[in-house]
Amino acid sequence: MRIEGKGLIDRSQTLGFRFDGVEHVGFEGDTLASALLASGQRLIGRSFKYHRPRGLVFAGSEEPNGLVTVRRDGAGVPNVRATMQELHQGLEADSQNRWPSLRFDAMQVNDLFAPFLGAGFYYKTFMWPRAFWEGLYEPLIRRAAGLGRLPQEPEVAPYEKVWAHCDLLVIGAGPAGIMAALTAARAGADVILADEDARPGGRLLAETHEVGGQPGPAWVAAAMAELRDLGVRVMPRTTVTGAYDDGTFGALERVALHLARPGDLPREAFWRIVARRAVLAAGAQERLIAFPGNDRPGVMAAGAVRAYLNRWGVAAGSRVAVFTNNDDGHRTARDLHAAGIEVTALIDARADARLDAPFQVLRGAKVLGTEGRLALKSVTVETDHGTRRVPADCLAVSGGWNPAVHLACHHGARPWWREEIAAFVPPHPGKPGTVPGLIPCGAAAGVFSTAGCLADGQRAGLEALAALDRAGEPAPLPEAEDAPVRVTPLWEVRGEGRAFLDMANDVTTKDVRLAATEGFTSVEHMKRYTTQGMALDQGRGSNVAALAVLAEATGQSVPATGTTTYRPPFTPVSIAAMGAGGRGKGFAPERLTTSHRAALDRLAPMIEAGLWYRPSHFPRTGEPTWKEACDREVATVRSRVGICDVSTLGKIDVQGPDAAAFLDFVYTNTMSTLSPGRVRYGLMLREDGMVMDDGTCARLGEGHFLITTTTAAAGQVMRHLDFVAQALRPDLDLRAISVTEAWAQFAVTGPKARRLLDGILDQPLDEMAFMACRDVQLHGVAARLFRISFSGEEGYEVAVPARYGNALYRDLVARAEAMGGCAYGMEALNVLRIEKGFLTHAELHGRTTAFDLGLQGLMSRKKDFIGRAASERPGLSGPDRQQLVGLKATGRGDAVLAGAHLFPQGAEPVPMNDLGYVTSACWSPTLGLSIGLGFLRDGRTRHGERLQLLDSLRGVDVTVEVTAPVFYDPDGVRMRG
Amino acid sequence: MRLTCPLCGPRDRREFYYYGAADYLDRPAADAAPEAWDAYLHLRDNIAGPVRDLWYHDQGCGSWLVVDRDTVSHEMLSVRAVAEDRA
Amino acid sequence: MRYSGFKVLTEGFSGNRGWTRAWREPEPKAEYDIVIIGGGGHGLSTAYYLARNHGLRNIAVLEKGYLGGGNVGRNTTIVRANYFLPGNQEFYSHSLKLWEGLEAELNYNVMHSQRGLINLFHSDGQRDAFARRGNAMISQGDDAELLDRAAVRRLLPYLDFDNARFPVQGGLLHRRGGTARHDAVAWGYARGADRLGVDLIQNCEVTGIDTAGGRVTGVQTTRGAIRARKVGIVVAGRSGQVAAMAGMRLPVESHVLQAFVTEGLKPAIDHVISFGMGHFYISQSDKGGLVFGGDLDFYASYAARGNLPMVEHVMEAGMTLMPMIGRARVLRSWGGIMDMTPDGSPIIDRTPVEGLFIDCGWNYGGFKAVPASGWCMAHLMATGEPHEVARRFRLDRFATGHLLDEEGTGSQHNLH
Repeated sequence: MRIEGKGLIDRSQTLGFRFDGVEHVGFEGDTLASALLASGQRLIGRSFKYHRPRGLVFAGSEEPNGLVTVRRDGAGVPNVRATMQELHQGLEADSQNRWPSLRFDAMQVNDLFAPFLGAGFYYKTFMWPRAFWEGLYEPLIRRAAGLGRLPQEPEVAPYEKVWAHCDLLVIGAGPAGIMAALTAARAGADVILADEDARPGGRLLAETHEVGGQPGPAWVAAAMAELRDLGVRVMPRTTVTGAYDDGTFGALERVALHLARPGDLPREAFWRIVARRAVLAAGAQERLIAFPGNDRPGVMAAGAVRAYLNRWGVAAGSRVAVFTNNDDGHRTARDLHAAGIEVTALIDARADARLDAPFQVLRGAKVLGTEGRLALKSVTVETDHGTRRVPADCLAVSGGWNPAVHLACHHGARPWWREEIAAFVPPHPGKPGTVPGLIPCGAAAGVFSTAGCLADGQRAGLEALAALDRAGEPAPLPEAEDAPVRVTPLWEVRGEGRAFLDMANDVTTKDVRLAATEGFTSVEHMKRYTTQGMALDQGRGSNVAALAVLAEATGQSVPATGTTTYRPPFTPVSIAAMGAGGRGKGFAPERLTTSHRAALDRLAPMIEAGLWYRPSHFPRTGEPTWKEACDREVATVRSRVGICDVSTLGKIDVQGPDAAAFLDFVYTNTMSTLSPGRVRYGLMLREDGMVMDDGTCARLGEGHFLITTTTAAAGQVMRHLDFVAQALRPDLDLRAISVTEAWAQFAVTGPKARRLLDGILDQPLDEMAFMACRDVQLHGVAARLFRISFSGEEGYEVAVPARYGNALYRDLVARAEAMGGCAYGMEALNVLRIEKGFLTHAELHGRTTAFDLGLQGLMSRKKDFIGRAASERPGLSGPDRQQLVGLKATGRGDAVLAGAHLFPQGAEPVPMNDLGYVTSACWSPTLGLSIGLGFLRDGRTRHGERLQLLDSLRGVDVTVEVTAPVFYDPDGVRMRG
Repeated sequence: MRLTCPLCGPRDRREFYYYGAADYLDRPAADAAPEAWDAYLHLRDNIAGPVRDLWYHDQGCGSWLVVDRDTVSHEMLSVRAVAEDRA
Repeated sequence: MRYSGFKVLTEGFSGNRGWTRAWREPEPKAEYDIVIIGGGGHGLSTAYYLARNHGLRNIAVLEKGYLGGGNVGRNTTIVRANYFLPGNQEFYSHSLKLWEGLEAELNYNVMHSQRGLINLFHSDGQRDAFARRGNAMISQGDDAELLDRAAVRRLLPYLDFDNARFPVQGGLLHRRGGTARHDAVAWGYARGADRLGVDLIQNCEVTGIDTAGGRVTGVQTTRGAIRARKVGIVVAGRSGQVAAMAGMRLPVESHVLQAFVTEGLKPAIDHVISFGMGHFYISQSDKGGLVFGGDLDFYASYAARGNLPMVEHVMEAGMTLMPMIGRARVLRSWGGIMDMTPDGSPIIDRTPVEGLFIDCGWNYGGFKAVPASGWCMAHLMATGEPHEVARRFRLDRFATGHLLDEEGTGSQHNLH
């Protein structure tokens, strides 16, 4: 019911919306919650476990019941708090966790079974028969649990992540936050003021208080104008969700969720705000009192009833009773009465409550129960003179206020209990586990009057300025109410029926007592056993009451009982926002070679190689699958010439007088003896003695080397070289830098490679020895030529500055094709190298040693090198190690399969008999049979043996012959020739 | 979490690569006993409190850094370049 | 008290007034035969099996906080046996078999749910590596199936098959893999151990380990000295501190691993999905929350909380893999302290101090190991000999080079 003349809504702007398909009308400035309440929609959802009818309790993000599914961008978004969803034209929302309808929910039978569904009941049953757990019980539990439904359609709407930096982040734009921001900004600090609400002002929007002689909202408007003039970045709709290290805060901005047509705007943005100091002015949250039937729709927090009245002009009921244990609850009764709403009783649990009121006041009285089916009709009150029934369609409950200490505790410190306000307040700054640089103030620090908040906000602003080395002036504070906090704790009224604590998880006071009875007396045990505080609201409205009930059950005090751990996020954050940018290909950078376009032009399917994309093969007509193309490309390389982009290999330029000595230290073999103009294969170990990587090392000049790494290990090797140079061998004078992206490099390989190169070099090649390198000119461009081979044929790699890569690649391929050659892709590259027994990270998988690979010869005995000492550990060599071997299929049509394991023929395939496994395998068009590389226990002594190759996953069981790990041209005649 | 790189200034943690305890700086001599190598590679004091560890400014200047840090509070106590330390 | 559906019914009809303590709260005695330091999953299961398998009764578990307050109550609840290195494979295989009878064994519903675990792969190389793993699992006697892209699509239609940065090529399905209710595992073992006479002593922090002549003689605690003939250190997350009390340095570095849970949702994800390329894994709890996590924060830490870079990375991985997840909201994040070893595998072994044993180094795989870890640690402590499925979890394997490096990343603690 709307109250004329009340509220900050714009009654000239009506907004049509639907709830469960029914049309309603609200106003600009409404939330879905306020509009529904104004429409008289008391029932808004069904509870998690018992499917009890539930209505709104709060007006903010702590709401446990008002969870709806909102249609947005073509799908339903579950678990949206109606209190946080601003109303817009055309909004469509549906209730959740009910079937077939909200009013008649079949699952409400659960409520009848409540005696059997208490805390932890599922740990004690559903155990027999065993197969029924996954077959029956668990699916039933899963279907009953959960609230909203997550649609399977991909979330396609835009989201963003943003960085911001500032001197001071003020969290909360209530009176304390505004005053802190004003104080800091007036002194010239760079301030961000973030508030969860769409509109700044905090409780001043929900109260009738005056500030400085004007209505609260007017004072807020003036202050905001000044803040904007001072350049303060005001961020409404922004919840600071977490306090991380070194002044980094996470914050969620609801950028466009309030718009009927959000267009391209991000729906939400996740901010990383780096602040030199922060002020926590997040206010306080009202808590409820547990009494039987306290979850009936119509039972609400008193402060929320006031907020709905004063901010949205909505009466939460027509006959309202108020139940309080503190003076703040009186305000609700007074404001309602002043607005012309009948207050049927003010029930104050305190016998000594001080109040003159023109309505019925019951002192020393308690609510014992509630009546009504889907909505409240009356409450039963226990007074000194017996029980009586008070008619009410709304009961406003205040159990006191809890400072919003959460962010102050995100680093692990626990809040402390202040007896005089009966609440936890933020830990003392500087205590272990507090958030460095975070200054709590105002209601978040337990200061509850408006005047107190203004003063404390200024104090916090000045404190921040001092920490920022800025001079600040205390300004005169506006006049405001300064009522003292008067509260007498009351957590629970015991009586017949269930009294709910955590409404979102359906936890009752009985559950907490049962937990205590069963020995779950630590607050963490109680939480975990009852699930108290583990639902959507994280127990923001109920945790303190729950631990008070636990404290009573265990005979301890509330502070001795303590709190559970406060963890981010303060309010739930959508994965789309925190994961913005990750969708689709945004998850990782895409690295493209200079020949990428040319490969696509040739219709090559591109495959991922780490972050790179490389062509799989170059299909031609008449080649139905990759296999035909691959076989042709291999045959072409072996018989004519092939071109392959090898730019993805890491290239590191090492220069300096001590470069050679440095390389001697990082490679197992010796590089200082390499002559300028020569290239050597090199092996690098990790310091733990395992092989890290292999590659080539070219000596371009006396103090100038260019080394290559595998594609996969390029980053690791660069980091490693920097470490060795800076940390282990600062005595050596050299510099190393990655030049991977600076050069485009192409393999030209095959018997016709030299003839092809002669066509493009400005000076035709004379003799160029295998493993030589030199500077050349081609088409007038300075280039480098290496005679190296990863195919086993006569091979060259030609490198040009990357900007010429595209042109050179196209030229090389065109020339190759004119000679009967072709471009070849990763599939052919892999076959060529397996035929030669060359290694990739399939073999160098981090668990192999030089011994395993048969590369002991590359381990120099004359020098120290990285990994030498650890490689001498007994476990890293010897006959128990699995050694690299070649494997040949023996039967016609049999295939060697990578990932298969090797067993002695006829042996039972159990781990004890497992001799090894296949790392790489292919069909060799050159040999006309299936071959592979693998590791085999004591493999070098087994050449010629026949073994059983077993792949149970794919049903392959064949006989293979063990060979040396080189199948093609074992003496290297073709490669060197 | 932020580190102040001596060359680049204060930067977010995501620019850096973490290696491990600064023990890695004290590489034993080539002929040291196996126990010394075991200690160097594997054994750690692993203190809950102030520690010294090694980071690399991967997305920045490529400096290896010696960082004094508290493993309980995550407080950054100091950041120095390894190269400076070793010079 | 024996738990059963019947008991729940009769109690329900009589006002639930008959429930009793799940475990006693005894005062520590001056002396025990065996003291287990650490009342987490592994410590409790060790105590349980010492009593159950070896007939020992005079045992205390000393817990500095509350039972199950460490990583057993702070993980993503995945249970699997999909290791491929000899040494690991038989151990986790044994553990899974124990899981499969755990409810009956403990008379406690730990909600072990074998809903199937799918490891996705995105390239031929990854497929081959998973094939090697799957074949090892089968030869161990466990289950594995290699799925192609179409088969994965049938099981997980909501993955982004068309647009992801690393397109799904297939997956390794481990049908017996799944989840369990983590707290219930700790409570079930605690209750079981208590019923066999083990004293579970909470709020009792060990401050020193007493030795004489190279033998352990007892421990000093915040509740006084306790003598013991044998002491087991089972305090993953704090192993270094407790081992230091006995003068030991361990091959362990402590790291923070974060995990996340969303608000409750109706059933949306029916399996455990592991997306290695994105360091992302996810399942849905029976309560409806999507439980997921990623990689370490990658810096040594005892803070039990993490930072945004890994948080965002995990969310981005979720978005690229299954963009429907964007509409779910993260309710809570947390961080556990991981004992990271240089090869990623655990330690269950004697120590140089006679009578002092250690069970540590679980990296981020400790939860599924709880039953077998306790089984094997109990065997070791009772008999003095390693159990055959845990005989490679030696403390000296780093010195000798007999490593169990499933990841292949070598002796850098945080890379496993």
